Amino acid sequence: MRIAVTINGKPMSADVEPRTLLAYLIRDEFNLTGTHVGCDTTSCGACTVLMDGTPVKSCTVLAVQADGTEVMTVEGLEHNGQLHPLQQGFWESHGLQCGFCTPGMLMTTYALLQRNPDPSETTIRRAISGNLCRCTGYQNIVTAVQYAAPLVREARTLTTEVGE
Amino acid sequence: MALEITEPRPMGKPIKRKEDARLVRGQGHYLDDIKLPGMLYLALTRSPYAHARIKRIDTTRAKALPGVHLVLTGEDLAKLNLSWMPTLAGDKQMVLATGKVLFQYQEVAAVVAESRALAEDGAQLVEVEYEPLPVVVDPFRALEPGAPVLREDREEASNRIFHWEVGDQAETDAALRNSAVVVKERIRMPRVHPAPLEPCGCIADYNAARAHLTWYVTSQAPHAHRTVLAMVAGLPEHKIHVISPDIGGGFGNKVPVFPGYVAAIVASLSLNRPVKWVEARTENLTSTNFARDYHMEVQLGADRQGRVTALRVTTLADHGAFDAAADPTKFPAGLFSIVTGSYDFPVAYAEVDGVYTNKAPGGVAYRCSFRVTEASFLIERAMNTLALKLQLDPAELRFRNFIPSERFPYRSPLGWTYDSGNYAATLQKALDMLDYPALRREQAERRARGELMGIGISTFTEIVGAGPSNTFDILGIKMFDSCEIRVHPTGKVIARLGTRHQGQGHETTFAQVIAEELGLTTDDVIVEEGDTDTAPYGLGTYASRSTPTAGGAAALAARRVRDKARKIAAHLLEVRDTEVEWDGERFTAAGAPDRAVGMSEVALAAYTNLPAGMEPGLEATYYYDPPNLTFPNGAYVAVVDIDKGTGAVKVRRFVAVDDCGTVINPMVVDGQIHGGLTEGFAIAFMQEIAFDEEGNCLAPNFMDYLVPTAVETPHWETGRTVTPSPHHPIGAKGVGESPNVGSPAAFANAVVDALGHLGVTNIDIPLFPWKVWEVLRQHGVTE
Ligand code: FES
Ligand code: FES
Repeated sequence: MRIAVTINGKPMSADVEPRTLLAYLIRDEFNLTGTHVGCDTTSCGACTVLMDGTPVKSCTVLAVQADGTEVMTVEGLEHNGQLHPLQQGFWESHGLQCGFCTPGMLMTTYALLQRNPDPSETTIRRAISGNLCRCTGYQNIVTAVQYAAPLVREARTLTTEVGE
Repeated sequence: MALEITEPRPMGKPIKRKEDARLVRGQGHYLDDIKLPGMLYLALTRSPYAHARIKRIDTTRAKALPGVHLVLTGEDLAKLNLSWMPTLAGDKQMVLATGKVLFQYQEVAAVVAESRALAEDGAQLVEVEYEPLPVVVDPFRALEPGAPVLREDREEASNRIFHWEVGDQAETDAALRNSAVVVKERIRMPRVHPAPLEPCGCIADYNAARAHLTWYVTSQAPHAHRTVLAMVAGLPEHKIHVISPDIGGGFGNKVPVFPGYVAAIVASLSLNRPVKWVEARTENLTSTNFARDYHMEVQLGADRQGRVTALRVTTLADHGAFDAAADPTKFPAGLFSIVTGSYDFPVAYAEVDGVYTNKAPGGVAYRCSFRVTEASFLIERAMNTLALKLQLDPAELRFRNFIPSERFPYRSPLGWTYDSGNYAATLQKALDMLDYPALRREQAERRARGELMGIGISTFTEIVGAGPSNTFDILGIKMFDSCEIRVHPTGKVIARLGTRHQGQGHETTFAQVIAEELGLTTDDVIVEEGDTDTAPYGLGTYASRSTPTAGGAAALAARRVRDKARKIAAHLLEVRDTEVEWDGERFTAAGAPDRAVGMSEVALAAYTNLPAGMEPGLEATYYYDPPNLTFPNGAYVAVVDIDKGTGAVKVRRFVAVDDCGTVINPMVVDGQIHGGLTEGFAIAFMQEIAFDEEGNCLAPNFMDYLVPTAVETPHWETGRTVTPSPHHPIGAKGVGESPNVGSPAAFANAVVDALGHLGVTNIDIPLFPWKVWEVLRQHGVTE
């Protein structure tokens, strides 16, 4: 089946089998390998991407379901050669070790900061509870998100001002 | 907060990780990200039975599926003499089953096809007729007379793999007889799985024209894997190129060689095309290497004051169907003989029997230096029971029994020479961080109100850094490690090591070590690992051995470079070699510190302006064979509250004070501690690979094998004491495994401590709420 998806702002299309999962469409067809696969029971969240702004586990979405949607992956976070504040935060706070969970964590927390720019520690921990990390013990991931939150708020205020 | 990588004198500083530049962008290069032209995919057909005779395998339908290129069975491999392979533990393991299967999910056939999905389809179409056989799940039953003998390939008509013992049995028994107090406990460390987030996999790429195999593999030990492959497959070693790309966590899971690897290699050899095999999570949890599964019985003697007199341990080790542990050759029970821990035992004796059962093979060192976790858990749990028996505070009991700091190097009764430690100071620091006396007062008040609060202590000593080559080898290969440093004309460095990191941060920490020795910044040094064509030979990364072995090699190789650099500096400064001083960043002329040259000027001179007669270039290689192991230690304290309605345990606080000797990067060390504590927490409270009596695996996926999420994971408080290793070139001891080794006992001791007044001395981990609730119910304290 022919499908069309906008990935990180770029229109793309592909022929897929009905059973193809979005994760493999992204990885194998579009060669965006930042989206990872770590389980077979929708448990780990390493495959998290945004579909029309909502975080989804792309291992549990059929590629055909993504037809006509806007998908954002970890590769879409960097802007004009500038790391997203969350990427800076993960780096500054040692929020990653092996890095396998990191893309999924980044996408989930990106969506979190979109809807709640000033989350408490409990809110952050709840938000990432569908993303498993075997390396960090999560504490530094929480710090990373706390590092990024004010920067994201600031950037937003700036954009709003410019917009006005 | 983290420091930039351009910071001078980087040793001991929280330098930002270099590897993160690509990893936060999603540009890591993991095994499954590699796609080669013409690549095929392999999937495995697995056994639904834990023990069954194979009556017939029919591959017709699988072969007929369009897109399938090859179907392999054990019979096909037998023709190549590859249906069995050696394990790193000196046993052998079936690659694809012939005759019978010995565990559920065992590999029976391999299907190679155009795509991942087609390979899976093909694997489903392989028809296998089984005749079920009686199943042995309980390791105690495996040794009973009349138990079915599982391994028909062995001469021994028994399920016993090995019997191993250490220490003086007669003296230990006599000392126990003469002890005023003896406590006994049965302690079980259940089967768990390392479950790194990235599963295992490989791509075998054989090129017939070059008679050359490139093997991309999730390997913690690429050089060792190349050698094993050369020996098993008969390929010349220089025509095997092993590349271990970015690894998404290892924790011991990626040390052994797996049947899927061998099947992919055979497929690539026969098809002359690249073949990829990546296991699914279910395959990972059910077939590629569990850990622990130790059933221990301890007797611990003491005098009335609580001074320990003797320790005796008997253990049954369940290795599953094949002994696929990766222990050093002379150590079938790993370094379990560290079981006397941090305490000054006059005498001790330990024995371990390994047995076969109808379960997945393994026995890997999961974030642990070969059975050290089992040993630490045992002694720390037993000390808790002793404290309860003597009605002595568990911290006080430990202070009375610690090996005193002035006794190092300390010879343990089971034969190890501990390098250094300051155990009392480490524990005191942890107690101070918590205000321990106040917590005990609070506990007494709460107990008076009927509330259940517990404080658990674990003061463990690890043994890591295998190891000295006179004692340690794997299949005969000595366990040294290596580093090669090349300084280029502009003073920039590439260093290559025989280890392979999986998230530990070597690209940064080893660069710090080398930069510090050479007066450069971390930014000036690229660290490469995992490519057998370029890196010097080494045994890899596991057992917390990288810093003790390759870290030593890095420092010593850098010092070799500096020795040559000093001669070049003398030439540039126009003084004698003996008149050159190193101030940590530059060479200066003695007595004239303003006359100085840095490493980059020296490097340029090494290629452009050499002293007469000197060999050009500036590089060095060091193969470091450590004189001893290192002995990191720590004091961990857990504070828990138990819900009397549900049996749920809440970890209110957890303080971890570690002493890993010299610290290279405190940020990375804390990260290692956080991660290891989280794994220890999981082992204590929620993880077990359990089986029913038919040998069906009950935790084959992340729905049933629980990995803690950010919600239940406690907040970790870390602290440090620093007692350098006297024999290590920079005094470092290794740290990655301490938290996983030391923490399970702290959690279990805390839960038992909350119930000690009811007479409870032991509850088997994992401490699921229902299990704790059952104990509460038995004692009539549920709500
Ligand atoms: S791969 Fe684990 S949730 Fe998608
Ligand atoms: S950093 Fe390894 S799984 Fe999260």
